[in-house]
Amino acid sequence: MSQAIPTSQPKLTPTRKRWSGLAAREARLAAWMLAPAFIIVFTIVIFPVVANFWISFKEVQLSDLRPPQALARARVMNFPESAGEALSLRYQLRNSSRDVQLNDVVLTASLPAGLTADALAEGCTFTADTLTCTLGSWDGGYRENLELSWLASQTFIDDASEDALSDPFVTANAPNVLTSWEFTLANFRAVVSAREFWTTLRTTLAYTLFGACGSILLGLCAAQLLNAEFPLRGLLRGLLLFPYVAPVIAVAFTWTFLLDPFSGSLNALGLELGVLGEPISFLSQRSLSVSLLGLELTLPLALTSVILFDAWRYFPFAFLFILARFQAIPAALYESAKVDGAGPFAQFWFITLPQLSLVISTLFLLRFIWTFNKFDDIFLLTGGTAGTRTLPVLVYDNAFGREDIGMGAATAVILFVMLAAFLVVYFRYTPEGE
Amino acid sequence: MAQASLQSRSTSRSLPALPGALAAMVVGACSSALLVSLWSVLTLMLSPYSVSVPLGWALLVGAGLGLVLSAIRNSQMLRGLGAVLGLGAAAGWLYLTGNDPLGFGETSPTWGIGGALVTLALTGFLIGYGLRDLNLSRPRRDTFEVIIIRLLRGFGFVFFLSIVLFPFYFMVVASLKSRAEFLQDPTNLAINFSQRLSDLFVGYREVLVRFNFARYILNSTFVAICTVIITLVIAILGAYAVTRLRFPGRKLVSRSILLIYMFPAIVLVVPLYSVFTQLQLRDALLGLLIVYPAQTIPVALYMLRSYFQTLPKDLEEAGMIDGCTRFEVIWRITLPLSVPALASVALYVFMIAWNEFLFAFMFLDSPNIFTLSRGMVGLNSQEVPRQFLMAGAVIVTVPIMVIFFWFEKYLVGGLTAGGVKE
Repeated sequence: MSQAIPTSQPKLTPTRKRWSGLAAREARLAAWMLAPAFIIVFTIVIFPVVANFWISFKEVQLSDLRPPQALARARVMNFPESAGEALSLRYQLRNSSRDVQLNDVVLTASLPAGLTADALAEGCTFTADTLTCTLGSWDGGYRENLELSWLASQTFIDDASEDALSDPFVTANAPNVLTSWEFTLANFRAVVSAREFWTTLRTTLAYTLFGACGSILLGLCAAQLLNAEFPLRGLLRGLLLFPYVAPVIAVAFTWTFLLDPFSGSLNALGLELGVLGEPISFLSQRSLSVSLLGLELTLPLALTSVILFDAWRYFPFAFLFILARFQAIPAALYESAKVDGAGPFAQFWFITLPQLSLVISTLFLLRFIWTFNKFDDIFLLTGGTAGTRTLPVLVYDNAFGREDIGMGAATAVILFVMLAAFLVVYFRYTPEGE
Repeated sequence: MAQASLQSRSTSRSLPALPGALAAMVVGACSSALLVSLWSVLTLMLSPYSVSVPLGWALLVGAGLGLVLSAIRNSQMLRGLGAVLGLGAAAGWLYLTGNDPLGFGETSPTWGIGGALVTLALTGFLIGYGLRDLNLSRPRRDTFEVIIIRLLRGFGFVFFLSIVLFPFYFMVVASLKSRAEFLQDPTNLAINFSQRLSDLFVGYREVLVRFNFARYILNSTFVAICTVIITLVIAILGAYAVTRLRFPGRKLVSRSILLIYMFPAIVLVVPLYSVFTQLQLRDALLGLLIVYPAQTIPVALYMLRSYFQTLPKDLEEAGMIDGCTRFEVIWRITLPLSVPALASVALYVFMIAWNEFLFAFMFLDSPNIFTLSRGMVGLNSQEVPRQFLMAGAVIVTVPIMVIFFWFEKYLVGGLTAGGVKE
């Protein structure tokens, strides 16, 4: 992509700074300037990938993520009317988790001035208007009431109201599933042994390959179309970028509506014009039998629709790059070809295509990777049903559909490793690819 | 091409050779079939009538027009003559079908008669245009290749315009039509302007007020603008360091920027979800303001780096000699020179942040902090009419489209300069 940009080789200028002090200062400055970018990219991109490997070896459910908490609420049982009467409070205590034990539970509450302790529960002390209770360990599902009372003085009666008696503050230690040192391979076993895993792999491959090729092919056609001078060319170029620029959620819902078999306009138009015999549910029917020239073919319908959607949505990307490349092909090449008697087809085949080969292979690489990783489109169009479940959708299904974070992470690890393997193979076998 | 027309003037034979005539007939038939189909579909969508597409007629008339035009030598005349002949053919066609060319069962002055006249005049014009500068009396292989290419171009224009415009047109229409209107005539995609405006825009009112989209617009704008600012500040510093400063590992940094945007977002979701839940950053816009810049910084850095490399160093060095600090140099010299690139990056980042779905969907639970993408999910349910969903879709799409058309030059520059992720 960046072939045109010269890499900034330090030029041989007379001022070659070789003083170590200056160089060191420059390096330090560079480090400071790059630090924010590094920190944010490391925490949000690199760290999660590593964390994914970590989580994939742990049995973590979605519900384990919310750490168990010690909860306490205050209820006023008796509020004193005059000095010498008792203030009675009940603290309702609860462990938010049903099965995780909480340790070292400590409750603290600050109370209005003018109280002296009357009857405090075990483990509680009251000094300087602050109540501190050391409550030890709570089992999962723990539920208890703490009854406390104080004697009120005139200060309290004068200054305090019931609103001043707020909920106490509780701290506790809970074991964290994510930071423990226990590992297991169960997640990977579960992912790979699931019946749909291998079909998912096949679907992913088909979706990626055809989606990438489709968008590049459409982009090539569009670029070929716009590679000439005509009125309103700029406007048309802008229009062609629409599918790519529009928010995915808007276009996905629009296409779902358009393709709906009952109220969708595309089916209605097709029926009216006699193109379709009966309404077709493009996004929810797994397969469709087509007879083509007497041949019975089974078309994976929903998958095809999703692939076509992707080709539609991403062709502008390919289009822009190919068009830019077109305009860089020297006109002299075509002139000399014409002199040699080459027709338009020959010119396309022997001049245009070879000139485009680099940009097309780069586009293929990018589109392949991004389509392979693509989650939004399929998730919004079909939710992964009707034979359209790809690996990214499986990650989501496992992690959040099954509420099994560990399995989701294991699926993500598989996805990541496959992608990395593809990249390694690609870069090993393509000469000088950027 | 000029050569071909010179030849055609010098030849004395007036009738085309058989292959040339056949080719002209094919051009005519294809053009006419394309335009007549277009007319039929538009009529079906925009008028109350249902149509039967007269393909047979179209092919016949088109072939005839092509044959007649192939006999004309003067290519200056072809288009005008084609249009006139087309009008004539339309008159004949109307006469033969009793003023009902699309089989409505009645006479329609606009869709039937007007449609036929316009369509066939246009067809004749296009056939003339398609046959310009061709030597049909002595066709060579080139001639046929040119004809095929011109036909493909014609189909290509219609194809691309329809796949790009139709879904967006449908989105708008569907946001203005109630369910009852749709069920009554699902192929009618005309906007009914005869009703009161408040009825026409009921979907928008409901979505903005009752479904709180007015609030989501603010949230989305806030998130997108903050993302742009954070990204720009961090990326400018980073890109400057990579292009202008010498430090160990500079090459490596330059290279790895590219790799970062190959990382699949879905792989990041599971761990980020886990960690953000535990840090209580999840159901908060702050969480998005951490995640979005992380996704856009590599691209922004890459785009800015490419641009900074094209700027001359001399100016900056002069600034340094005059006693500016590095940051003054960046602020006073580099940035003012980079306004186009900064605009590209800003627009591009804005677009990504505005359109982002996955993290907004995973992270946001409380309705008062939803972004538009997240809010849309709530509209996609059985209980909410599709009209409202489409109104929401228009609300999400329009701002980005307006910005896009306003600054198209910059955005296209940005899209191509950076390599770019969606």
